[in-house]
Amino acid sequence: MTPLAYYIVFSALLFSVGLAGALTRRNAILVLIGIELMLNAANLNFIAFWRYNPNGTEMAGLMFVIFSIAIAAAEAAVGLAIIIAIYRHYRTTQVEAVERLKG
Amino acid sequence: MPSNGPSLITFFVFAAITLVSAIGAMSLRNMVHCGLSLAMSFAGLAALYLQLNAEFVGFAQILVYVGAVAILIVFTILLTKNADVHLPRASRGWLSGLAIAFAVCAAIAVPILKSPSLNRLAPAAPSHSVQRIGEQLMTTYVLPLEAIALLLTAALLGGVVIAMRDDPVDKLKPKADLQPQRRRGAEAAMESTSQRLGG
Amino acid sequence: MQALDQIFVTLKQWILALSFWPDVIKPILSALISIVPIMVVFGSCFAVTTIMERKGLGRFQNRYGPNRVGPFGLLQPIADAIKMLTKEDIVPFSADKVLHFLAPIVLCVPVWLTFSVLPFGRNMSAIDLDAGLLFFFALGASSELAVFMAGWSSRNKYAMVGAMRAIAQMISYEIPLVLSTVTVVMIVGTLSLNDIVLAQTGFTFGFIPNWHVLTPWGFAAFLFFMIAATAETNRAPFDLPEAESEIIAGYLTEYSGFKYALFFLGEYLGLFAITGLAVTLFLGGWSAPLPFLNFIPSWLWFFAKFGTLIAIFIWIRATVPRLRMDQLMKFCWKFLVPLTLINLFTTAAWHFAGTWQFSGAPIVRWLICAAIVAAAYVGMGRGLTLNRYPKRIYRYAE
Repeated sequence: MTPLAYYIVFSALLFSVGLAGALTRRNAILVLIGIELMLNAANLNFIAFWRYNPNGTEMAGLMFVIFSIAIAAAEAAVGLAIIIAIYRHYRTTQVEAVERLKG
Repeated sequence: MPSNGPSLITFFVFAAITLVSAIGAMSLRNMVHCGLSLAMSFAGLAALYLQLNAEFVGFAQILVYVGAVAILIVFTILLTKNADVHLPRASRGWLSGLAIAFAVCAAIAVPILKSPSLNRLAPAAPSHSVQRIGEQLMTTYVLPLEAIALLLTAALLGGVVIAMRDDPVDKLKPKADLQPQRRRGAEAAMESTSQRLGG
Repeated sequence: MQALDQIFVTLKQWILALSFWPDVIKPILSALISIVPIMVVFGSCFAVTTIMERKGLGRFQNRYGPNRVGPFGLLQPIADAIKMLTKEDIVPFSADKVLHFLAPIVLCVPVWLTFSVLPFGRNMSAIDLDAGLLFFFALGASSELAVFMAGWSSRNKYAMVGAMRAIAQMISYEIPLVLSTVTVVMIVGTLSLNDIVLAQTGFTFGFIPNWHVLTPWGFAAFLFFMIAATAETNRAPFDLPEAESEIIAGYLTEYSGFKYALFFLGEYLGLFAITGLAVTLFLGGWSAPLPFLNFIPSWLWFFAKFGTLIAIFIWIRATVPRLRMDQLMKFCWKFLVPLTLINLFTTAAWHFAGTWQFSGAPIVRWLICAAIVAAAYVGMGRGLTLNRYPKRIYRYAE
């Protein structure tokens, strides 16, 4: 019997792993992987709170996660398309290479 | 009222698998290994959802994330020729990035562990079924459903347009530009041979 | 006959009720009793199918199949098994060893899992999940990752090209596959495979079964499902990714011995699982076609229909030439996807026309839906090939 706190702490850990990756890695695809991990951590949070709800007929947490999964898939698709388009022009996927509008 | 909640051992097993593969996804040297490690963390999360009695979401997670998003990420790694490149460890500010992530984790985890209301055990499993999810989607949540439909259509079209090649424009350039180079090359070759022969 | 029908269920309950099992291992024992027969039955189905396919293909091609090993070559699977098990397991020097080892396992495990939701007879599915159909498709989608792992870890150009083609094909054909099953879900109203079979057990007019394949939308959906299933399992005519004459063995090039046998097994088991799903969704699962045939046990009906569909798959393999990659993709995106979407519309029309109250309404709605399906098929077929093929010019030797 796991208390709710364990799920939330685990979700926070997963979120911070994704955040660390998104902030430190140079490759755009790895940043996107970090973002996907953060989204998944938030989804886990929602499902945990839905499950531990004393009211047994409430469905909001579950529905939110279904929409969140759909949105994350769409966002991954568009993000990766942008990365491919950038690769065609700059021949690299390093985030530091895309700096033409700097300054 | 504590009842059939998720058991502790299975939670720790799945959580360990997910966390280790998530850390691997963010820190492995080979990018394809990163992508596949990410797929494993998605699968671990799906197992956690199944443990929490959210079966529809668990299977949808496998179908969408493992079956589509992970494959998309791996394909992009291959298409951008990142497959056999050994990545350097991290960018210059990696220490501050880790520090920020650690701070965020502490800021969320410490209040949770200290709060008494979050230390409760699971109530009885909620009585839901796929029919109820469908009903709710069509009655209470029909507006987000239509918005998602619009969003997915836009994402589909946008993804195709952004990743499409620009080649049709290049094909219209006249091929006459190539001729002078070839002639120049031929002339240069003739000159060099005449030099060698004629002295 | 009820006893023969439920013989396996009563056997399981009898074994579980034996007094000398401690209570702790009862759940595990129950799961084992459900799982082991499935593995044994479908494992032997795999062996039988390999020999039947080779002999069937041989006969289609006007030759005997294998006929050396046993009487009429029927012990050939044993020879094949011994060969696979004793072959040297070669791993390329520059291959990614971990992924190369894991790929066959990642392929086989989800495929074995998909057998747990199929109803093989009355009360005879291993698990009755509320979202059983979604479970099936989720596991089907995870096997694509194994194909990629196999192709990439071999560090072989042909393997990589084969893997990319295979994944592109599998992802593309998932859409007609899922959309054609959505029509069944729409009409029945549930994702549980047991309930879908139960909804097909009645008889209209006393002798026509309520199978979904006998409705216009169901017939179209069954055809699309079979075509998409052929493509999903990389079977001819969609077997470009692993065709021997094209790309050696595609993503399987660098595998030998037991790992190759595991890939082979995974592919055939995937075929069995999808065929079992087709039988469940469209052909009425374990229900008998005519009411007086109910004395034959339900599991016999399931396996009879299953065997017929496998024979049809073998027949198609022997008859139809292979599709090229671009032909494959065009066929999926330009023909199958619009047709499955129009089929969804037809199914909705069928459902709402079911509320009509005038006399002769069932015949009218059958005709309307059949007309929509036929018009869509003919229209798309003609429209897509309108100016593609020039008129044939026959030249004779004068």
